[in-house]
Amino acid sequence: MTVIRPASGWFDLHLGELWRYRDLIYLMVRRDFVAQYAQTILGPLWFLIQPVLTTAMFVLVFNRVARLPTDGVPPYLFYMAGSVAWGYFANCLTRISTTFTTNAHIFGKVWFPRLVVPISVAVSSLFAFVIQFALLAVLLGLEALRGGSLSFGSGLLLLPLVVLQMGLLGIGCGIVISSLTTKYRDLVNLVAFGVQLWMFATPVVYPASKIPARWAWLLAVNPMAPMVESFRILVLGAGTVTAGQVAAGVAITLLILAAGVVLFSRIEKSFMDTV
Amino acid sequence: MPPAIQVSELWKRYRYGTLGYGTLRHDLQSWWARVRGRDDPNAKLHLRRPPANDAGSDHFWALADVSFTVEPGEVVGIVGRNGAGKSTLLKVLSRVTAPTRGEIRLRGRLASLLEVGTGFHPDLTGRENVFLNGAILGMTRAEVRRQFDAIVAFAGLERFVDTPVKRYSSGMYVRLAFAVAAHLEAEILVVDEVLAVGDASFQRKALGRMQAVAGEGRTVLFVSHNLGAVRSLCTRGLVIADGAISFSGETVPALEHYEASLATVGDPLRSSRPAGPLAGVVGFSRVAVRQEGVEVSRVDPTRGFEVIVEGRAETPIGDAAVALGLFSEGHRLFSLHDSTEGVNLPAGDFRSHFEMPSHLLRPGRFVLGVGVRRALGGDWAWIAEAAAFEVSERWDERLLQRDTGALCVSVRAWRETASAGSFTLEDAVAGAGQSRREEGHDRG
Repeated sequence: MTVIRPASGWFDLHLGELWRYRDLIYLMVRRDFVAQYAQTILGPLWFLIQPVLTTAMFVLVFNRVARLPTDGVPPYLFYMAGSVAWGYFANCLTRISTTFTTNAHIFGKVWFPRLVVPISVAVSSLFAFVIQFALLAVLLGLEALRGGSLSFGSGLLLLPLVVLQMGLLGIGCGIVISSLTTKYRDLVNLVAFGVQLWMFATPVVYPASKIPARWAWLLAVNPMAPMVESFRILVLGAGTVTAGQVAAGVAITLLILAAGVVLFSRIEKSFMDTV
Repeated sequence: MPPAIQVSELWKRYRYGTLGYGTLRHDLQSWWARVRGRDDPNAKLHLRRPPANDAGSDHFWALADVSFTVEPGEVVGIVGRNGAGKSTLLKVLSRVTAPTRGEIRLRGRLASLLEVGTGFHPDLTGRENVFLNGAILGMTRAEVRRQFDAIVAFAGLERFVDTPVKRYSSGMYVRLAFAVAAHLEAEILVVDEVLAVGDASFQRKALGRMQAVAGEGRTVLFVSHNLGAVRSLCTRGLVIADGAISFSGETVPALEHYEASLATVGDPLRSSRPAGPLAGVVGFSRVAVRQEGVEVSRVDPTRGFEVIVEGRAETPIGDAAVALGLFSEGHRLFSLHDSTEGVNLPAGDFRSHFEMPSHLLRPGRFVLGVGVRRALGGDWAWIAEAAAFEVSERWDERLLQRDTGALCVSVRAWRETASAGSFTLEDAVAGAGQSRREEGHDRG
């Protein structure tokens, strides 16, 4: 039996219903996949242009001009690993932050657990990530053939966990923003800018090992910092991260996610009255 | 057996004013104004209609203390004017928005069809859209797979299931979308106007499908302006007016109650906002009936009369025809247009005249629908039940009795009788619905 009551209380979450709608998550991911390819000639190649151009720009600006070190890793691999990892998170966050506004039409006509949408976005953002990661792997292989000393070992098995955490953080931040932007539309304009700032506060264009000690707390409060560093350790074998940072990162990620789910579940009940 | 739907003391409040105007800047402005003790520059923007319940407040109650129960297997028609609260009730029932107070208990899975084809993606094929749309409406992939052939066959699109729907004609699109909706495996179906899609033959098919669904013992809540469809589908009727239930009972008395509550001709329309793509561009203020130069609400059937439709176009509308529909007991008797090809309608007030002949309508209650239709592009705006009027009983002329139909039609008819072994012609001529020879035809 279903009981429909006024939106009261903050912990009326109905997460069990998400499971009943798992087929919808699958079909929405599939829709995104098909829709992204239907109109493009190059198809998945588009996903490669972004990290390639970003890497080229980073190499030029931060390596050649600013002379930032790259932990002894060839600069282009260092920046590409960083931007591929950051790219997945940023993509999730940006796309999810408009959940309510871009789906207002569907949300106004049919009820289904609204969290289906952010989850499916985080999953479908994996396509771009996987293709970009494949390019990174090819470059790593070429580097290894040229005699580079790159560890590409069993630590890679931990990579899915890092990606999962990035996805969860992307969902968490995205649903917090999407919930807030139903009331304050103009916050949307800040999202792109905020993501940029956050990237520079994260060791993407510089290694964590070069952060001065008095700024080290940044690494503890920014869960993306240990994730990007872990990503580079696992893929390139270079980076610095402590167990404490990882633990703090996981804790903050889960906290943001939980807060996001509570906020989102609250907003989804009244959202249709404000558009 | 416990009821399928139990709605108890349901209230829903909507806010005016700041509704949808949420920007941080506005809130900061309002806050700053309050801090300085000035008037809030963003306070109370009165949109649309003024609050019905207490004037001057910044909210109105779209639903006010609505309670009803629906037994399993009942097919309940919900009728009411635009803005009466029907859509809000359906939205709350389908969980699109939460009630402000009260509670709904549903036994069984509820599928709501507030529109067809929600979530259809133009780049996906028909097959992919069927699965996606089915999942959005609450079906699992296994359930869609089980119904897939039936869905495609119902839509008549077997040859096109693997074509992207962007290549479909609008008719094909709507047929496929409705077919998915029609095959939902839910115990409770909430249906809003979705029968108003497609061409006439598909509408008949859709209505037939709804009848079949109702016959399967499922519980259906059906909202429609098509009173004929409500009459033929529903076992019970609920009339909603001003957010409350004004009548609950059998279908026919419910429809009569509803029709009686419509504005009479000559009065300002209670809901001037039409439905349709041109809704924001054109509005109607009044429908009047004039007989022998005097405005009346009861028409003498033996004399001609004139229907006058008054409205206002906000912007010029090209090739526009003002339309008038005449309904009796939920059935459309006919439609008229003030021009066949469409004539440009300039911005500003307009008034269209429709001259009706004498001996057109039989005594009874008639409902007028008014609208505008564009000859090119087919854009339209329509108020289904704008106003109602009576045609008075004329006992002196038996031809004009109420129980013989709604329209007077004069046709030539005759009878042959075989009294002496061979057929001979007698001079029996009658109007439609008449068979008694001695009444003959008393008009030219």
